[in-house]
Amino acid sequence: MTAAPPTPVLAGLSQLDVLEAESIHVMREVAAEFERPGLLFSGGKDSIVMLHLAQKAFWPARIPFPLVHVDTGHNFPEVLAFRDHRAAELGARLVVAAVQDDIDAGRVREVPGGLRNPLQTVTLLRAIEQGRYDAVFGGARRDEEKARAKERFFSFRDAFGQWDPKNQRPELWNLYNGRHAPGEHIRVFPLSNWTELDVWRYIAREGIEVPSIYFAHEREVFVRDGMVLGVTEHSLPRPGETVTTRLVRYRTVGDASCTGAVESPARTPEEVVDEVAATRITERGATRADDRASEAAMEDRKKEGYF
Amino acid sequence: MTPLGPDLLRFATAGSVDDGKSTLIGRLLYDSKSVFQDQLEAVERTSTDRGDDYTNLALLTDGLRAEREQGITIDVAYRYFSTPVRSFIVADTPGHVQYTRNMVTGASTADLALVLVDARKGVIEQTRRHAALSALLRVPHIVLAVNKMDLVAYDQGVYADIVRDFTALTDDLRLRFGALPDVTAIPMAALQGDNVVHRSVAMRWYDGPSLLEHLEGVHVERDHGETRPARFPVQYVIRPMSTERPDYRGYAGTLASGTLRVGDEVVVLPSGRSTTVAGIDTFDGPIETAVARQAVTVRLAEELDVSRGDMLAAAASAPPTSVQLDATVCWMADAPLRPGARVLVKHTTRTVKAIVSAVTDRVDVTSLTSEPVGELGLNDIGRVGLRVASPLAVEPYAVDRTTGAFLVVDEATGTTLGAGMVG
Repeated sequence: MTAAPPTPVLAGLSQLDVLEAESIHVMREVAAEFERPGLLFSGGKDSIVMLHLAQKAFWPARIPFPLVHVDTGHNFPEVLAFRDHRAAELGARLVVAAVQDDIDAGRVREVPGGLRNPLQTVTLLRAIEQGRYDAVFGGARRDEEKARAKERFFSFRDAFGQWDPKNQRPELWNLYNGRHAPGEHIRVFPLSNWTELDVWRYIAREGIEVPSIYFAHEREVFVRDGMVLGVTEHSLPRPGETVTTRLVRYRTVGDASCTGAVESPARTPEEVVDEVAATRITERGATRADDRASEAAMEDRKKEGYF
Repeated sequence: MTPLGPDLLRFATAGSVDDGKSTLIGRLLYDSKSVFQDQLEAVERTSTDRGDDYTNLALLTDGLRAEREQGITIDVAYRYFSTPVRSFIVADTPGHVQYTRNMVTGASTADLALVLVDARKGVIEQTRRHAALSALLRVPHIVLAVNKMDLVAYDQGVYADIVRDFTALTDDLRLRFGALPDVTAIPMAALQGDNVVHRSVAMRWYDGPSLLEHLEGVHVERDHGETRPARFPVQYVIRPMSTERPDYRGYAGTLASGTLRVGDEVVVLPSGRSTTVAGIDTFDGPIETAVARQAVTVRLAEELDVSRGDMLAAAASAPPTSVQLDATVCWMADAPLRPGARVLVKHTTRTVKAIVSAVTDRVDVTSLTSEPVGELGLNDIGRVGLRVASPLAVEPYAVDRTTGAFLVVDEATGTTLGAGMVG
């Protein structure tokens, strides 16, 4: 076994540079090869980073596809305000598909406990059908969850929006295969190779604006099933649950009725980077009640057409 | 340009069923503090429920319901961990189901392949396959992880014999495939953690790095084609058509190889017209020089007919264009590949119709011998000739992992049928 020969000193790209370039490459492939892409934008940090990358990918032209928000109706007001402000700033078209409309039309029924995350699939698939989107960008990352660790950058969905994890297209080099028949579509995950830490390091590096609730703030909270839930109109304490005021921030922002906060003093992106680098709990483990249902909760939802 | 922050290493792991690959990855993640408490608790709960004697770290990497039920790994899974100097993407490729397809997929983007052997068994048929596929896919670095050294009493002689056998194998591969990766061997006991992250106390006779030390230190910069002539496949034409920039026309793409500078003379392929680079734009401002792997937008001095699928190449050493591809193809579909088949070929940013003109022979990746055949079956690797409908700027895969690679796609169903390597 021989040692590696001497290496000439060459220009190097940092890991964030490589991840950024890979994501931009993926977004340009989609813009070039699909008729009607759409980008899922919730106002959460991952979709904010994805939108920032889209802005970079097509500059100096505008982003050549609309933003789509699947609105659970269980929102943090700061996040909704951010969503509208960001879309307006970019001059982007924002399409909102409301879960409430599907509830009112009887296409889905509220579940006991009021969680709306599982209901989003119906609304998402309706939005895709109505918008006739053939490619839908999502901000999911493979490090989030073990079913997502098996996802492709280009993830094929059949006419029912279903994912078949046992029968995926092999994905080689940086050659992405987006062929599909009418009615089928491709979910595209440009952030596949990013981790939560990468997202925050990139937010810090690029000076990207995110909703204020990602940073430490005083909030009235109560504890349920080990999760710290903020008191909002969608999550009210039950008898026996004590409300206290704590210094918290959100690691994820989703359905406000099931998204937990974490106690944190981090007030800047740099402080969040340090906190995420040191944390011992995954972001979903800390903050998502819906993923605690079973070992395969995410896989089951994804097979049905979830994000 | 110095990288700001850690750089990135992508590696693929390959092993057979019981050589401790999952344990090794679990150990790497665990000892580098990349496994989270809630993940570990979930694995411990599942292990207890199943009545396992020990916490089964393999459950960290097997994510799908079917994988957990059957106790097997079905598909390539990607894992992420980082240290202060480097971030890592691990393509964890399963050993038995769809073996070749998974290994080829994982190796296609890898800077390094980690090949595991069980110290009690030494170099076996699967080891030969792993090494051969890594060589075929031109993975620049191989680590031979001789695992389970605890079960051979940490015997230096056993290790030396295995390294000697593997060296003989890589010498064969060198003859067969030309240049070969640099190879580093490391004796390990993954269950105990010896030489995974921390150096082994039980094997003081080994004075090399631990696996993680090696992964952190291995040089990968020169593997990304920075020293090659520029190759820039055009992905997308950017035309803002705005009042501020009514005439802007930029060619967006990712520089596959080499460096591209403002003022460089380039030739547009396949048309063959030449011009110079007028500017290189990014959202963050114009730059003078783009390096391989960067996503940029190139403006040209003259208005030429350039669109998606064209390639800008350094004028001094542009690749030839051809309608005939001679390639090694890894076949990934149930239906066999036969001469006369009509398919699509996706090469860089260009997709063209193609007819399979010949299927000449199949490579046995275990014995490294070839036999003449008339078709390729699922997971076969063989020599294939293709005639494409319009010329492609291809180079041998051994020279360039981007301009030498292509997909074979089914025109009717859209599925990916195979992976091709030119030359």
